[in-house]
Amino acid sequence: MSSTNQTTLIRGGTVVDATGTRRADVLVGADGLIEAVGDENADLRGDRTIDAGDCVVSPGFVDLHTHLREPGKEEAETIETGSRGGALGGFTALVAMPNTTPPMDSVGVVRDVIELGKTALTDIIPSAAITVGRAGQELAPMAELAELGVRIFTDDGTGVQDDLLMKRALEYSVGMAPFTGGASVALAQHCEVNSLSAGTFMHEGEWSSRLGIPGQPSEAEDLMVMRDIAFARSTGARVHFQHLSTAGAVALVRAAKAEGLPVSAEATTHHFTLTDAACASFDTVFKVHPPLRADSDVAAVKAGLLDGTIDAIATDHAPHCAHDKEQPFDAAPPGMIGLETALALALTELDLPVEKLVGLMSWRPAEIAGIADTHGGPIAAGRPANITVFDPNETWTIDGASFASKSSNCPYEGHEVRGKVRHTIFGGETVVLDQEATR
Amino acid sequence: MAERERKMTRPFGGVFVARTSVMSADDIDRAIWRMAHEVIEHNHGVANVVVIGLQTGGVPLAERIADALSEITNDDVAFGTIDVALHRDDIGIRPIMPEEVTSIPGDLHNKVVVLVDDVLFTGRTIRAALDALTSFGRPRSVQLAVMIDRGHRELPIRPDYVGKNLPTRRDEVVDVTLDGVQLGEMHK
Amino acid sequence: MSPKHLLSINDLGRDWIEEILRLTESFAEVSARQIPKVPALRGKNIAWLFYEDSTRTRLSFETAAKRLSADTMNFSVSSSSVNKGESLRDTCLTISAMGVDAIVVRHKSAGVPWQIANWIDASVINAGDGWHQHPTQALLDSYTLTQKFGALDGRHIAIVGDIKHSRVARSNIEAFTALGAEVTVVAPQTLLPPSLEGWNCKVSHDLDAVLPTTDAVYLLRMQLERQKDALVPSLREYTSRYGLTDERLKRLGSEVVIMHPGPMNRGVEISQAAADDARSVVTQQVANGVSVRMAVLFLLLGHNPDEETIEETL
Repeated sequence: MSSTNQTTLIRGGTVVDATGTRRADVLVGADGLIEAVGDENADLRGDRTIDAGDCVVSPGFVDLHTHLREPGKEEAETIETGSRGGALGGFTALVAMPNTTPPMDSVGVVRDVIELGKTALTDIIPSAAITVGRAGQELAPMAELAELGVRIFTDDGTGVQDDLLMKRALEYSVGMAPFTGGASVALAQHCEVNSLSAGTFMHEGEWSSRLGIPGQPSEAEDLMVMRDIAFARSTGARVHFQHLSTAGAVALVRAAKAEGLPVSAEATTHHFTLTDAACASFDTVFKVHPPLRADSDVAAVKAGLLDGTIDAIATDHAPHCAHDKEQPFDAAPPGMIGLETALALALTELDLPVEKLVGLMSWRPAEIAGIADTHGGPIAAGRPANITVFDPNETWTIDGASFASKSSNCPYEGHEVRGKVRHTIFGGETVVLDQEATR
Repeated sequence: MAERERKMTRPFGGVFVARTSVMSADDIDRAIWRMAHEVIEHNHGVANVVVIGLQTGGVPLAERIADALSEITNDDVAFGTIDVALHRDDIGIRPIMPEEVTSIPGDLHNKVVVLVDDVLFTGRTIRAALDALTSFGRPRSVQLAVMIDRGHRELPIRPDYVGKNLPTRRDEVVDVTLDGVQLGEMHK
Repeated sequence: MSPKHLLSINDLGRDWIEEILRLTESFAEVSARQIPKVPALRGKNIAWLFYEDSTRTRLSFETAAKRLSADTMNFSVSSSSVNKGESLRDTCLTISAMGVDAIVVRHKSAGVPWQIANWIDASVINAGDGWHQHPTQALLDSYTLTQKFGALDGRHIAIVGDIKHSRVARSNIEAFTALGAEVTVVAPQTLLPPSLEGWNCKVSHDLDAVLPTTDAVYLLRMQLERQKDALVPSLREYTSRYGLTDERLKRLGSEVVIMHPGPMNRGVEISQAAADDARSVVTQQVANGVSVRMAVLFLLLGHNPDEETIEETL
């Protein structure tokens, strides 16, 4: 974490955190911690002042699901460019997905990512693969990786297919406390049953039928969610469901939570804003895993975000080079970028009070990622200064080419949205000032 | 395609407004009979003569000429139609579509073809028709009959039989039906 | 203005379908000439980009182009840079840079013709994309039916077989219904698409119940590998339930038309006798394919003056 030798006063905003909402100025100290919080009467002064008028001042956002492509595909994204996009999107921590080349399944690679992340514009929180090579055959060295700081294990990009292997992984994960200083770890699942999803390129339904594109049925996701809920029940291990996309999966997670099982879930911005109808353009920017689903699924994901079934909004930011996307729909790689649009889409599309919305993007994912001590906590003196300042009412038009991400596979080109990050403070440093990255 | 149709086709559009009546129905009838006699005189009869009307304006005239030839000579004179759209040299410049059927009565090898059109203008339609005819054999000769020769030729083509020579301006439009010939303009 | 591309039947709509069928008459006449060649597309350059083998469709297009005097070039996928890892877009830009007026594309992936149309200036003709569309097949089938019946309004056409994986079925349903016919798709549930919402056709699993009311039976090719995919228990069972067998042929009305897009699996979806029956129009379909493709090529390439050029030459 970096710091500056100046104090910064964030003046004129409305502070929103897990403790509530109030008008307050925030003084960020030179040590990277919040020095003081107070209203106008407190008369706080800093070496410099940044304007938060009309803005919400919240704990920095945490993305549970970012593909940074480094190592292996630096042409599409690097940790530096991805973190810059993240900072511009109001994120102060990104959980890096392990499907790099080589994959993050060993101490060596994860240590490299941690090292590269030290100069990034956000915290880079490494996840690691559940199985060696994400191949679903044998377990990755979970305890070694946990000791290194990994709190989320996932084979993201694919789900762990083998039932017994998954059960063993969950069982093993329960005993990680000695290597983490007492913290628990979560196994995050990309829920897709391969025998139903192999050779499919979009959601199975009205549109796949019409377009003649092999479709993936909702059951591909539902079945694995169902299985892993059963394993969570029997093992007591923490299971996190990544990018829920089907009405069935949302209902299953809701029931599991009602039962008190240790499960959590995230939804991506695209799964509550876009439907499979978008694929009718054959624009490969709309190809993603899990696929964009039907209207009723979008409604269910929104309802899950509203009622707390889904804990977090994630981006599944998946940059791809233009030449990789310029292939036939079935051959193009799945994924879309999302770091710089997540807040605006959530504000525009979700009918949520801003306190709840900030929770979905900040303290809830911070808890799941095991980083609640540094991210997502209340805006209070002595806390690490990871802060997002955003104007919830500024309207703007999305232009993928203008993003800091090295890739521009953004599916919202030309969309008019509401809500823009004005400043991002990461570890006390103003990494985004007036909508511009400072480095 | 006849001048009438071409001018009416999208996106040219517009309404033909007649200014002067140039020929009456009777004038046309007399011209048809005169031209039929000239064809017989010129060819020493109607042996091997085939009358072919250009779609679409030349077709009713050609049918009448063929009937007149049959009536005068008591011989059956073959009659056919040809749509020259696909042989035009202005494909891609004008909106051209084949409009009507081409129906050629048998092989044209060694036949005397009398091409019939309503108006002879630039000569480009006739050039296209000459080109199209080669797909149906090698006639001994091809002759041209038109009801109106309005001048402004752009190719070395001249008619063998003419109903009426009519000096015109380029922007004028000649409208030929069996009911008469009108000279006027297209109004958009 | 006439359409620039031919990507799907729905893009055309009833008016343009009828215009193409009307144009086809003119080109059928050209095809019947002693010298079946007109100079209509002289100087136009057409490229074949067939990522999927289809000698029949390519030859049909090639014949159509030659009868219109167009120049053609074949981008042979198997022996080209595609095998050296060139992307689809680069391939298309390369061909486009050589100066082509149209690209006729067949690809195993749905949507490729749409993508190409976005990348290059030339006209794009879809000669089959995955399971999605095969518009010229639907046009030639519609033409074949109108030759037999005149207008298709109120006619009943049964399309039988593997609807799910068939671009022919998708295009034909759109074309036949656009022209006013009623379409029933007949197949086991596993060979129907997962959803038929918006398809404007009826569904049946019972061929014998449908046959008495049909004016035409359109049989689709049954891919032998469907058996392996557990979509049908066996080809024998498929034939007995959904094939046009000798026994069903006997019960078929004397005016009912039998159609098949080819190549036929004799003895599977269609019996030897049904394929060769007087009511079968399979060979007319092939013959009409050339005329329809001439009409399509002429419509897209011969008839697109821009407004300014027209004004100049008036």
